[in-house]
Amino acid sequence: MLGLVLATVAVAFFTLPLVGLLVRTPWSSAWRLLTDETTLQAVRLSLICSLWATGLSVVFGVPLAWVLARVPFPGRNVVRSLCTLSMVLPPVVGGVALFAALGRRGLLGHYLFDWFGIRLPFSMAGVVVAQTFVAMPFLVITLEAALRQLGERHEEAARTLGAGSWYAFRRVTLPMARPALIAGAVLSWARALGEFGATITFAGNFPGRTQTLPLATYLALERDPSEAIVLSLVLIGVSFVVLLAMRDRWLDAAVGRRV
Amino acid sequence: MVRKLLVSGPMRTPSRPRALLVLLVALLAVVGAGCGSDSDDSAATTTTAAPLGPTTSTTAASGTTTASKATGNLTVFAAASLTDSFKELGAQFEAANPGAEVTFNFAASSALVQQINEGAPADVYASADEANMTKLTDAGENGAAPELFAQNALEIIVGPGNPKGITGLADLAKEDVVFVTCAPQVPVGKYSAQAFEKAGVTATPVSYEADVKAVVTKVTSGEADAGIVYATDVKAAGDKGEGIEIPTAQNVVANYPIVVTKAAPNPTASAAFVDLVTSNDGSKTLEKFGFAQP
Amino acid sequence: MTLEATLVVQIGELLLDMELAIAPGEVVALLGPNGAGKTTVLRTLAGLLALDDGRIVLDGQPLEDVADGAWVPPERRSVGVVFQDYLLFPTLTVVENVAFGLRARGTGRREARARATALLDQFGLAAYAGRKPSALSGGQAQRVALARALAFQPRLLLLDEPLAALDAGTRTEVRRDLRELLAGFDGMRLLVTHDPLDAHALADRVVVLEAGTVVQSGTLGHVTAHPRSPYVARLVGTNLLSGVAGADGVISVSGSAVRFTAADAPQPGPVHVAVHPQAVALHRDAQTGSPRNDWLTRVTELDEHGDRVRVTLADPPGMVAEITPGAQAELTLAAGQPVWATVKATEVEAYPA
Repeated sequence: MLGLVLATVAVAFFTLPLVGLLVRTPWSSAWRLLTDETTLQAVRLSLICSLWATGLSVVFGVPLAWVLARVPFPGRNVVRSLCTLSMVLPPVVGGVALFAALGRRGLLGHYLFDWFGIRLPFSMAGVVVAQTFVAMPFLVITLEAALRQLGERHEEAARTLGAGSWYAFRRVTLPMARPALIAGAVLSWARALGEFGATITFAGNFPGRTQTLPLATYLALERDPSEAIVLSLVLIGVSFVVLLAMRDRWLDAAVGRRV
Repeated sequence: MVRKLLVSGPMRTPSRPRALLVLLVALLAVVGAGCGSDSDDSAATTTTAAPLGPTTSTTAASGTTTASKATGNLTVFAAASLTDSFKELGAQFEAANPGAEVTFNFAASSALVQQINEGAPADVYASADEANMTKLTDAGENGAAPELFAQNALEIIVGPGNPKGITGLADLAKEDVVFVTCAPQVPVGKYSAQAFEKAGVTATPVSYEADVKAVVTKVTSGEADAGIVYATDVKAAGDKGEGIEIPTAQNVVANYPIVVTKAAPNPTASAAFVDLVTSNDGSKTLEKFGFAQP
Repeated sequence: MTLEATLVVQIGELLLDMELAIAPGEVVALLGPNGAGKTTVLRTLAGLLALDDGRIVLDGQPLEDVADGAWVPPERRSVGVVFQDYLLFPTLTVVENVAFGLRARGTGRREARARATALLDQFGLAAYAGRKPSALSGGQAQRVALARALAFQPRLLLLDEPLAALDAGTRTEVRRDLRELLAGFDGMRLLVTHDPLDAHALADRVVVLEAGTVVQSGTLGHVTAHPRSPYVARLVGTNLLSGVAGADGVISVSGSAVRFTAADAPQPGPVHVAVHPQAVALHRDAQTGSPRNDWLTRVTELDEHGDRVRVTLADPPGMVAEITPGAQAELTLAAGQPVWATVKATEVEAYPA
């Protein structure tokens, strides 16, 4: 009985803010605000950057997850903690750290700038970097858990049939881990889309180049609250649709339940 | 025949009520933590001025001496450019009014007024321009008429040694110069745009920061070559940065108003603080930090 | 096409130390209790586990030689494995599973598919080619696993408890099918099992492995007739005793006053004595007549199984006798009752230990 009450409170906790938003939405001016150039720029930029961040998360996160799950090496726990640290760090701290590493005077950044003229802060690439930094751990954690749970036996069978490690991984293990991979990618994408603290600290804020939807919403709040509400609805709408589309199967995989 | 008395059955474990108690404590802890911490997304900073030594009395410049000392908590929402000066004024206030504790919320004036209009518990509001103060008065959230207490002017801040050799606003339009300003709704951002217009210069910053201190940081950390900030900010940056003056013809005068809020939880202390800020002593302190008098 | 292997590897508490040789076209059954190291043998031959010492030579080519540092990884060995739980790839179709080994080893997609389909046809599973493994029954999955391992024509086929995952009813049928399918493969085959029926149906030769060492090796008939360890004896259901044969051919059983005479007198020295339960006759009184091996003992247990009655006799020497229900009706034996046991000399198998 108590459980049911608490669960209802939880549902209300999440539903009420959304209802509140809908109630305060200026429906008459909503369309105008939605189609405003700044809004469209922010939406476009958010989608492009978050998709890039998700892509990078997959390209680099899959091998990382495989190494963490399959290759025993000294200090593996430390490495895993380091790679997923940004999940628990306040995003602004992440932004500050990225500065120290990749800013114009940063550890690696100053080589990038002095030798190649590449400057990450204040650029769209900087946004992608900031988003990838906070989003990749979601994919790594989800996939690593699945790989561990699947175990190595099918890979062994593949090897006796003549498959090298990479072939076995590609044709046997990865397809078996597909639900977890998809779940992890979707979670990463959602995190990247909503990223604010690291973005505004590291990449700055410039419409069309680094002003993602969350940044635009935050600044709109000071300028024109009704615009902020409309922008919020856009973000919520996109995220909601994606989460709805996340089938139960993938969510199961995300939490490591055998699919 | 000896009958043995056995204690039978399981021990009664008070599981249900205990679990509820634990849950309650946990909830309280979470709520308590939430109230005490800052949100990482907001550009605001919260500081508490430490009370200083023996009490000294302060006479208000406006002539009226408050007979009763102010006590209790006082929350002041002030523009980011007032950070250092107001911290010192807060210390002075606490010294003069033992029993009073001043808490500051420094952020962009535009952010602060938005929060107050949404119900944030501020006693005093000090803005870096009159436009944002008007947002407060239009919403009817002021407790009295706002008073102007300081003036500021714009200045270009560059890194130590001025590596790009910047001499004025026109240099900011150069291809190889990376500069930042504040977002247009922040007073200094609006002023920057006005200054450019006056100077007849078209220049685009690489980023519109959320408040003036963020602009300072970008320049002093070497990430940006220059930024447009207040003269007081250049002074506050000390040897981490250098200032390039903007001639009066191109410059903008920023008028700083201050007011007690209508819903101020501590009206007595609020009024006393505003009195301090607008008094002679207050002006002297502000001047020390580079502000001019209106 | 031969396999010669010396396998020495330490797994936890168990030290596997054995030599194994398989002749061309031979089917060898590796028999032993759980924990004997049978699966370890398979894993080392497949290349999934490295040896601590020894070598594996397949058709004259070393797959592994610890002394030389030679090592061929599993994917390059011509060894096919059928795992106990089949390990079919769940995201691939049946035909893709079977074609996997061919494609992994370089065969083109179309050719691999064609060969896989032909093989499935041979196994009677052509109808399931496009299905996923989850749609298969236990017996079907086993056949697919076998087809998959055979598709790339390995020189050595390893089967790990191939029938263990099946229920008793399916097992008999699948054992028969397996026999036919294996007969069509001309490479060497090593079958790991704990069930002597598998060995009987499928193997030419049996190697008995206990606690990491080979206890016995030979045809199943030979091993059955001459068990050398309690495990094997239990397995084949024979009574096994240890004793010493004297110069006169009389065997004194260790730890008892009983003496046996065997029709074929063994050489003097330590001997195993095997007596089949059905060869032990029970009487209430001492007997005279041809059997010369008789002794007085007591019944410790009685087990009635339909058309047989198993009577456990007291130690020493502990033995199990099997009599008919009719005989039991006559004798009315009960636990604790004294009884005379006799065995004909012709039914006593004695051989050097």
